[in-house]
Amino acid sequence: MDYGFTTAAYVVAAVLFILALGGLSGQESAKRAVWYGIVGMALAVFATLIGPGAGLWVLSAILIAAGGVIGWYVAKKVEMTEMPQLVAAMHSLVGLAAVFVGFNTHIEAARIAAMTADQKHLLEGFAAVVAHKTPVELNILKVELFLGVFIGAVTFTGSVVAFGKLAGKLTSKATKLPGGHALNAGAAILSVILLLLYMNGAGGWTLVLMTLLAFFIGYHLIMGIGGADMPVVVSMLNSYSGWAAAAIGFSLGNDLLIVVGALVGSSGAILSYIMCKAMNRSFISVILGGFGGTTGPAMEVEGEQVAIDVDGVAAALNEADSIIIVPGYGMAVAQAQQNVAELTRKLRAQGKNVRFAIHPVAGRLPGHMNVLLAEAKVPYDIVLEMDEINEDFPDTDVVIVIGSNDIVNPAAQEDPNSPIAGMPVLEVWKAKQVFVSKRGQGTGYSGIENPLFYKDNTRMYYGDAKHSIGELLPKID
Amino acid sequence: MKFGVPKEVFEGEARVALTPESAKQLQKLGYDCAIEAGAGAAAGFSDKVYAEAGVEVIEGAKALWDACDIVAKVRQPDETEMGYLREGQTLISFFNPGGNAEGMEKAKETGANVIAMEMVPRISRAQKMDALSSMANIAGYRAVIEAGNNFGRFFTGQVTAAGKVPPAKVLIVGAGVAGLAAIGTSTSLGAITYAFDVRPEVAEQVESMGAEFVYLDFKEEQQDGAATGGYASVSSPEFREAQLAKFRELAPEMDIVITTALIPNREAPELWTEDMVAAMKPGSVIVDLAAEKGGNCKLTVKDEKIVTENGVTIIGYTDFPSRMATQASTLYATNIRHMMTDLTPEKDGKLVHNMEDDVIRGATVTYDHAITFPPPPPKVAAIAAKPKEKVKELTPEEKRAAEVAAFKKQTRNQVTLIAVGAILLLGVGLVAPASFMQHFIVFVLSVFIGFQVIWNVSHSLHTPLMAVTNAISSIIILGALMQIGSGSWLVILLAALSVFMAGINIFGGFLVTRRMLAMFQKS
Repeated sequence: MDYGFTTAAYVVAAVLFILALGGLSGQESAKRAVWYGIVGMALAVFATLIGPGAGLWVLSAILIAAGGVIGWYVAKKVEMTEMPQLVAAMHSLVGLAAVFVGFNTHIEAARIAAMTADQKHLLEGFAAVVAHKTPVELNILKVELFLGVFIGAVTFTGSVVAFGKLAGKLTSKATKLPGGHALNAGAAILSVILLLLYMNGAGGWTLVLMTLLAFFIGYHLIMGIGGADMPVVVSMLNSYSGWAAAAIGFSLGNDLLIVVGALVGSSGAILSYIMCKAMNRSFISVILGGFGGTTGPAMEVEGEQVAIDVDGVAAALNEADSIIIVPGYGMAVAQAQQNVAELTRKLRAQGKNVRFAIHPVAGRLPGHMNVLLAEAKVPYDIVLEMDEINEDFPDTDVVIVIGSNDIVNPAAQEDPNSPIAGMPVLEVWKAKQVFVSKRGQGTGYSGIENPLFYKDNTRMYYGDAKHSIGELLPKID
Repeated sequence: MKFGVPKEVFEGEARVALTPESAKQLQKLGYDCAIEAGAGAAAGFSDKVYAEAGVEVIEGAKALWDACDIVAKVRQPDETEMGYLREGQTLISFFNPGGNAEGMEKAKETGANVIAMEMVPRISRAQKMDALSSMANIAGYRAVIEAGNNFGRFFTGQVTAAGKVPPAKVLIVGAGVAGLAAIGTSTSLGAITYAFDVRPEVAEQVESMGAEFVYLDFKEEQQDGAATGGYASVSSPEFREAQLAKFRELAPEMDIVITTALIPNREAPELWTEDMVAAMKPGSVIVDLAAEKGGNCKLTVKDEKIVTENGVTIIGYTDFPSRMATQASTLYATNIRHMMTDLTPEKDGKLVHNMEDDVIRGATVTYDHAITFPPPPPKVAAIAAKPKEKVKELTPEEKRAAEVAAFKKQTRNQVTLIAVGAILLLGVGLVAPASFMQHFIVFVLSVFIGFQVIWNVSHSLHTPLMAVTNAISSIIILGALMQIGSGSWLVILLAALSVFMAGINIFGGFLVTRRMLAMFQKS
């Protein structure tokens, strides 16, 4: 097949990918949109396989199939609560692939540079494109592949660390090596120097050294970010994997790679922006890790946490007309979503108005709670965002907070010295009664004291969320 | 010290300022309690019950006044009772200080300390001793009951085998404590209830009680009741006109009208004019809770029930609390008891008249040979809700102007962004070769499309979005596929690994997305 067909296929694939992303604006159209994405991908792969420059297509097909089997197995097996880990792990694969492809480009470029003019005429595909580049274009090519490898490498180790943190294999606390961000900055500056050396023909070792430095940056950067910021980290890595693909696309002169990389990159960037806004923090402060320094002593919390038993909660629920459930990461950890859904069904069967309030950064992944509730078959039209439901709390009889902490912390509004001051929160304390299902006393991921637990209308319902909610079920009549 | 309560001397007054229950509480504060024989009889508390509660029963008013250091009663004391007062004695009672200069003069001369229950400031801390509110609450309830007693139909609408009964329509004018109590009673009896008040901020309270607030078609900024301590004040003539016009419109429909509009220390405003009464249906009932101050309806006769020519009953009783003497006495005695608690900080039976205390200072009208009325304004602000920061209604022109300004600002921002972007692009174009620019333009456009498309993704689908972008970011496989055919074994190896990893990603990403999306269900 000639070059024209491949290009045409790429255009169709690009359109399909755009439609796939655009279709996610609604739950129903999203189901169709995924098919656009699948068809687009299949078309792109097929067109490349039969296109110029590709060889060993049998091997390629076998490898794709083998990878596909693993991907299929993982996708079937994964628990919905493990979604954040899975996404992070898959980002690392893209990052590593980008590094390899970048290396390959370098090797190819070096090989072609060593050829004579006669040999160059025999080349085809990618190699031919490289062969006909002018010196300026070759320099640009070097910058592009250098950049691609750099971003890819950061994405790889960053995602691996994020995976470790999300899967609980690494501590979720923000830890830094001595030197902190100066180390990162130093590594980055060194990388720039290496880039200059590389452009002046210093050879492959600069590329390898830079890759190692980028691996370190990715590792150190994500290690320095606390568990509560994970939604931003995951979407940021998502963005990086896109930019890496785009940079590689430049170096290969492949427009489809550029288009898709840019789409993914901007998508991740927007998600990061939304998450940061939801926490009222700047992107920079998230990247720099940990919660920003406090400006003064935090407000003293007065009163005590009053516990309540299952009968008390059941009685209040039986009497209530309107109920809002605020799930958080604790619900995911305890795998309580099925019980929560069952509770919702029972309460709704009695004609009560039961709704869910989802904070944008609840959980460890953008939209994490929505997916968990959907898994448990909670209808999505009663699952509302913060902005939609925040005004309804004063008219609500009972709010059940399940495993969330910072996103319902009134200190964000009341205490200007609080580390989360100014972060938009769900105003649950305005409801008539609040029950907090929590494992025990103590602070949340960010380690900030929550005055909500000490309020007069708050009762603490201690225990593992799955167990506590399960105990409630038979008592709702 | 001894705390005593005489029998009320006012004709028909059935209430009493001490109940056996409140006596027990007072004894805990360290006081000896005494009551005049027969004082509680009309309210349903016999001397025997008092005696059982440890209250000394004293024959004769004079003996009681002489024996006690503190005397509490309900009604404003008459001349004989004022004669009993002696130096250093404390009297707690309704005293009407605004219209009782003579009584205050007398108390000042004798040197008695008088605490007037109607002067308790309206602050949160003093609510427990706010006798006006507790009496108004009873009055409001009783007004509906009296109206029902004189109204020939059901309150609630019913469809029975014997025919359909329409619900009664009740209008309550003035949504103070009495008005709100009346609204609550009326709605719980099943009537369709309307309520009006000059303070627009009570509309929410009215609606929370289940009544419909009657809004006026009136543009002038309505006065804020919070400024006057939660009471209504005099309204402008234009406002009054609008109000009367609205009432005139409602009059023919209403079965029961309960007026509760009072302005402190003034004659009650006329709100229900004669022509409105004339417009009402025969059998309708008007209860005028302002009868004591001349009535909101000029036809009202104080302390009497009259029937007009067109068959409208107008009730002008002023003794609603007394008509529910047991309930009224219980509440009033509790108010008195709370007042005593505040007057006895040590709980040792010793009265401390602390003139520094906002509540005690406010309620005291004579103290130590001096008239202390009117009191200075309380240090704590009134209970009424803080004036809401009213969002100014924008005129159409202002709205238009704001829109135009916003549009201009947006345009300016966009133009700036585009200009900066274009200059940057041109800058790159100056140095970069054409082949690079081709790809670069594709890149910029894709970023642009990405931003446009992703903003529309619904929040709940962010996780599927990440999974799907993850799946399509394995488009990197194309690069690997293009290189796998190369001659170098190292390139083949790396490319093969890339293809393998991207393969995992493609299938894993799309499948997981599909799994997630299939779970989203509508109820």
